[in-house]
Amino acid sequence: MQSSIEGATIRRSSRLLKEVWKNRHYYILLLPAILFFILFHYVPMAGVSLAFKQFSYANGIWGSEWVGFKHFERLFGSMSFYEILRNTLLISWYRLAFVFVSPIAFALLLNELRHGMYKRFVQTASYLPHFISWVVLGGIIAELLSPSRGVVNTIIGWFGFEPIYFLADPAYFRSVLIVSDIWQSVGWGSIIYLAAIAGIHPDQYESAAIDGASRWQKTRYITVPSILTTIVILFIFQLGGIMNAGFDQIFNLYNPSVYKVADIIDTYVYRVGLVSTNYDYTTAVGLFKNVVGFLLVVLANIVTSRIREGEYKLW
Amino acid sequence: MVAINRNTTRRWNWFDGLITAFMTIAVIAFLYPFWHTLVLSFSTPAFATSLGLKFIPPEVTFDAYKVVFQTNIIYIGYGNTLLRTVAGTALTIVVTYCAAYALSRRSLPFRSTLTFLIVLTMFFSGGLIPMFLVMKSYGLVGTKLALILPMLTSAWNILIARNFIASIGPELEEAALVDGAHPLKIVFLVMFPVSMPIIAVLTIWTAVAHWNAWFDALIYTTSEKDIVLQLVLRRLLIDTQTESTILQSTVAETTSDTIKAATIIVSILPIICVYPFLQKHFAKGIMVGSVKG
Repeated sequence: MQSSIEGATIRRSSRLLKEVWKNRHYYILLLPAILFFILFHYVPMAGVSLAFKQFSYANGIWGSEWVGFKHFERLFGSMSFYEILRNTLLISWYRLAFVFVSPIAFALLLNELRHGMYKRFVQTASYLPHFISWVVLGGIIAELLSPSRGVVNTIIGWFGFEPIYFLADPAYFRSVLIVSDIWQSVGWGSIIYLAAIAGIHPDQYESAAIDGASRWQKTRYITVPSILTTIVILFIFQLGGIMNAGFDQIFNLYNPSVYKVADIIDTYVYRVGLVSTNYDYTTAVGLFKNVVGFLLVVLANIVTSRIREGEYKLW
Repeated sequence: MVAINRNTTRRWNWFDGLITAFMTIAVIAFLYPFWHTLVLSFSTPAFATSLGLKFIPPEVTFDAYKVVFQTNIIYIGYGNTLLRTVAGTALTIVVTYCAAYALSRRSLPFRSTLTFLIVLTMFFSGGLIPMFLVMKSYGLVGTKLALILPMLTSAWNILIARNFIASIGPELEEAALVDGAHPLKIVFLVMFPVSMPIIAVLTIWTAVAHWNAWFDALIYTTSEKDIVLQLVLRRLLIDTQTESTILQSTVAETTSDTIKAATIIVSILPIICVYPFLQKHFAKGIMVGSVKG
């Protein structure tokens, strides 16, 4: 493949170097990606050192002075930290309890639809919100929930109730998050369950039918057990992601009147860090979040790797 | 709406009726918000500010669209969004395919180390502030490249592409090698066409991600000439303080609501038109990704 002189020089050095040289074309192919990961992932990762420094504009991240755990002391001593941590965990918990189960139920119901064309139509319609950004969805939701003339409050009015300020009332805001999240994600989330259902062998249903099983019994004893592993895996990984409470959605729906219930770690870091330029302190907040999130994912991987002999192990 | 059973022998019972009814309500719930926005965009101010469900406008007016199409920033936003989507997606495909191809070679020295270091980025990141400061130090803040380079590839994309390429099988490649083809020629002329299914998935994923990306624009865009569509929308729909400065209505017969609705429609129309045809590719990507490689 290579000229004999080059080959001779290489042969004298180690076997590994020879292998590397043989694969040089592939390293060239990898080079842009390696540079990308260094510049846009590993350098920012090293940038978390700012959490232990006093940021100075003149010296930047790398030249700023070390201050130890000062920012973390401030963090753990501040009331607002416990508020955003509580909001983050609470909203994630609600998503786990309500949003997580909705695609499972939706997939089971879709599976019961008998008419193929109609089923495909329902599926296509259900995917639509998934393809639209939260900026647009936030705008549309605000319009629909408007207290003065929004559709939802109009319907509430038909039943004789007073209009509700959904997006400005702390009592309702989290419910808006959960319901709009279900609306946005239920269709798309059901794909993976539908695929699992499609993988069930039809023989199972046929023999159940011969035994006189009802539709409910077939769902209960064949379909649900067949997708149970998928459910468990996705649940565990959802659990591993509880530090991410849904920045895109909250950021495009919230406003100062609901900060008390809606401000999560990510929105706090954006406002206090980026907008108010408290770079060093909010790097510490972000680091806390990322370390906890990372540990949770590692834990999730340990748990899932024990299920079905590592078939679902991530690494 | 009434389903006719062609492929099953069982009779249509009350339960089928119930599910069909439930699903019909669900479909209305999925589609109504978008239909409402569409109706609003064609409405007169009187109808737009009236109460109630809006299924059909009593009279249709294009005034809101006239305002939108007279607004310079919409064109700038559209142009920049198209630019980042086309250029960003093309670069992503090249970088991702090349890296995935290299990592699919089982004989590549340091293969598992490199893969591990790439996968690690899925689970740990520097976070918002270090990323922003690093971007600033690169001089990228305030440039169009800031919207393309950080999205160049991802561990996830490389992994699913690698798994696909690894599953192709060595026959084709070996045959080309026997013919004396250069390895890089094999990569681009032999294997790239065979990898089309995964390239299609990545193209659609990346293009939709670029079209919808807004947060990067929010933090990295500093001048009006670099503004993307999502940022125009964000200022118009969410940041009420800046609303007045974006669209100044020159047509009397409009309200900010009809103009907002028309802007939404103009910006999501391309997605709405293509997604029903592309959803299969999207779904396929989910499946490819869930196969362990």
